[in-house]
Amino acid sequence: MSKLVSLFCGIIFGIGLVISQMINPAKVLGFLNLFGEWDPSLAFVMIGALIVSSPLFHLFKNKEKPIFSSSFSISNKKEIDKKLIIGSILFGAGWGLAGLCPGPAISSIALLNTSSIIFVIAMFFGFYIAKLS
Amino acid sequence: MNIINFTPISALTGGLIIGFSVFLFFILNGRMTGISGIASNFLISKNNRIDNLLFLVGLIFGPLIYSYFTSQKIEISITNSLFLLIGGGLLVGLGTKISGGCTSGHGISGIGRFSLRSMIATITFMIVGVLTVLMKNIL
Repeated sequence: MSKLVSLFCGIIFGIGLVISQMINPAKVLGFLNLFGEWDPSLAFVMIGALIVSSPLFHLFKNKEKPIFSSSFSISNKKEIDKKLIIGSILFGAGWGLAGLCPGPAISSIALLNTSSIIFVIAMFFGFYIAKLS
Repeated sequence: MNIINFTPISALTGGLIIGFSVFLFFILNGRMTGISGIASNFLISKNNRIDNLLFLVGLIFGPLIYSYFTSQKIEISITNSLFLLIGGGLLVGLGTKISGGCTSGHGISGIGRFSLRSMIATITFMIVGVLTVLMKNIL
């Protein structure tokens, strides 16, 4: 059942990316173009997602176990370390260069766009290199 | 600063749908949604490999299902500069793996449960993203 849920959640997430237009790197770059012609839409996507998820996380956070799995697997890392900051800086730079982050990049493979496929392959290389180091 | 192309209604609607997906993944499978984590773990780790693969397949099918039922064509515009695509992709892969999250993992799931780590990560990658676009515009 958890596998069906994973597929379903992926589909819903992908539909959200299309409706919010975050699948389009031009919209994302518009958000990051704060000092030029700014498109604040991405902030509204995050607000929308948080309005739904945040209260529900907190409502169910003391639940013993999830419905289709034996336990919750949620990171309880707290420390603000060098890796967090350096990683976020690298990610921000890549995000600003191409206008793609992992969700929209993978979702846009659906459109068989050569550019997004090249980006996703490079991103997977990045995951692999990070794992080696 | 001029505000252009702002689409608050579709942004908020899409956001609510994404939030619903994140909640379902949490309450049903006990997991926090972070696309970089799901994708990199699919590549690297044997744990939950099929679940992760199916999530990614769903992510790709989402737009196709949307197009099928609404008969709307999805238009996107991406750079075709190989330098930006390969450089950007490598940095996104490296950075999200090192910091443990991306726009969804830190920006939605992490902030949603009030993780200070994720708030700092999100502020950092947003500032750097804005600066990167500023530099691109200047150069």
